[in-house]
Amino acid sequence: MSLSASEIAAKRVKKRHFGRLILPTYSWLVIAYLVFPIAVMIIYSFNKVHAGLQMVSFAWNGATLQWYHEWSNLPGLTASFWLSIKLGIVSTLIATVLGTLLAIALVRYRPPQFRGKTIVEQVLFTNIAAPEIVMGASLLGVFVTYNIARGFLTLVLAHVMFSVAYVTVTVRARLAGFDRALEEAAYDLGAKPMSTFRLVTLPLIMPGVLAGALMAFALSIDDFVTSNFVSGTNAPFPVYIYGATRVGTPPQVFVFGTAIFVVGIGLAIASLFLTKKD
Amino acid sequence: MSLPAGLWLLLLFVIPLFMMLSMSLKTCSPASGACTMTWSWGELPHVVNQYRAQFVTSLEFAAIATLIDLVISYPIAYWIAFYGGRKKNFFLIMLLVPFFVSFVIRTLVWQFILSDNGFFISFLQNHHLVSQNFHVLGTGFAVIAGLAYNYLPFTALPLYVALERIDRRVLDAAYDLYANRRNAFLRVIVPLSIPGVFAAFLLTFIPAFGDYVNQEILGGTANTMIGTVIQDLFLATSDYAGGASLSIVLLAISLVGIWFYARVLGSRSIEEYL
Repeated sequence: MSLSASEIAAKRVKKRHFGRLILPTYSWLVIAYLVFPIAVMIIYSFNKVHAGLQMVSFAWNGATLQWYHEWSNLPGLTASFWLSIKLGIVSTLIATVLGTLLAIALVRYRPPQFRGKTIVEQVLFTNIAAPEIVMGASLLGVFVTYNIARGFLTLVLAHVMFSVAYVTVTVRARLAGFDRALEEAAYDLGAKPMSTFRLVTLPLIMPGVLAGALMAFALSIDDFVTSNFVSGTNAPFPVYIYGATRVGTPPQVFVFGTAIFVVGIGLAIASLFLTKKD
Repeated sequence: MSLPAGLWLLLLFVIPLFMMLSMSLKTCSPASGACTMTWSWGELPHVVNQYRAQFVTSLEFAAIATLIDLVISYPIAYWIAFYGGRKKNFFLIMLLVPFFVSFVIRTLVWQFILSDNGFFISFLQNHHLVSQNFHVLGTGFAVIAGLAYNYLPFTALPLYVALERIDRRVLDAAYDLYANRRNAFLRVIVPLSIPGVFAAFLLTFIPAFGDYVNQEILGGTANTMIGTVIQDLFLATSDYAGGASLSIVLLAISLVGIWFYARVLGSRSIEEYL
């Protein structure tokens, strides 16, 4: 049985519809679903609130910039936000340096010079795959056992612990295509190891290092589970919000959420344009 | 060069895990809080039995949420990988968009959306699709919805990586051998993406299984998950031995999943999908 030309053409149109119409429509619907709660958050950060109870509510009471003017009116919220920023910067710096060094070692050296390489790789992997609650709980156990007061120090220790593996993996991926001949050329021209690293190696792996650092910062600023176990009286941003919103959400939370979103997405889109230029 | 990071992970990751294992083998007196090493492996099956209901709930919720995510993500990952063209990176950022809002905040927004006077419920009630005392918040559905939303990027990205990596020449070969598009999809693309599907499953299921934020914010006091129990044992009742035992079980389940993956899909490491 053969199909007429018009039937074949009709079939082709149908198939093309799947790739050109159904699949894109579906995909945009998924994207809409992903964006939807964020849109709700942004819109309701502009909603007026009935006098008295300063909590976000569904009834639309009119648009206002009040919460953007009064973004710092909740001292606990603001303090926890700055604590998170500080924590993010400190732990990112440490994790990026340690993770980059480890990535270089993993790519360059094999068992005779680097004993225990397989174990290190396995530890990195387990670290990434382990449920966060297990890591947080085990750290709490250690801090309690050795009477280490919970505070900024324990937070930094914990945040570096869970982000260093991500930095290592990211930098290592970038190092995979690294041409050692460029370093050898530097040595041949009389450069010392340190200046070779600074002037040749580091600039070449910089995109990977930056990507790792961004990842570490994002993980740190967003972390709730581990931080909840290891923070003391001064809680970082997610932990503070979690505790402060059990009865209702103050509108400032949505303002902070919107601000973090705008900065984050702005950075991501900027990096998209920057990498395109390369 | 590997020493600083290695030491950091040894002292703050490996040793704590072993200390937790040893803690789970101790017996603590509830009165004084003092623990003595008794090497009693009995605590592990004991806690599993004691919190069987919470384990089952976690398993159910995490599995359903992960399956929903796989079903939602596969077509969009396929579309971006094969039809994304020059806009691939833009669509990838759109897939990651939930991650640009804090985890706790986006869960709170879902609480806001699903609350009894929120527009989701109001809409359904105004159209008489549900009864007036219908609610989602505080039920398992809300928890699953939250888990599915929060962990969707963990599913979509590994799927995208797996599909993107498929050699287009293999597909051309299938067409040269007179495969139609349906057969090319079902017999070439799907089988080649299976390792990615399993990676996506694990990378979504493991964090969802141990999650307690969604359960506490969206599920209320009902349908307690195992993460909530662990958190309470450590932070509220200070029953470290019990909490440690549960954590060990949770970790063991995750590691068995990963080990199984490595054995079955061998050559390719799950790490490639991170």
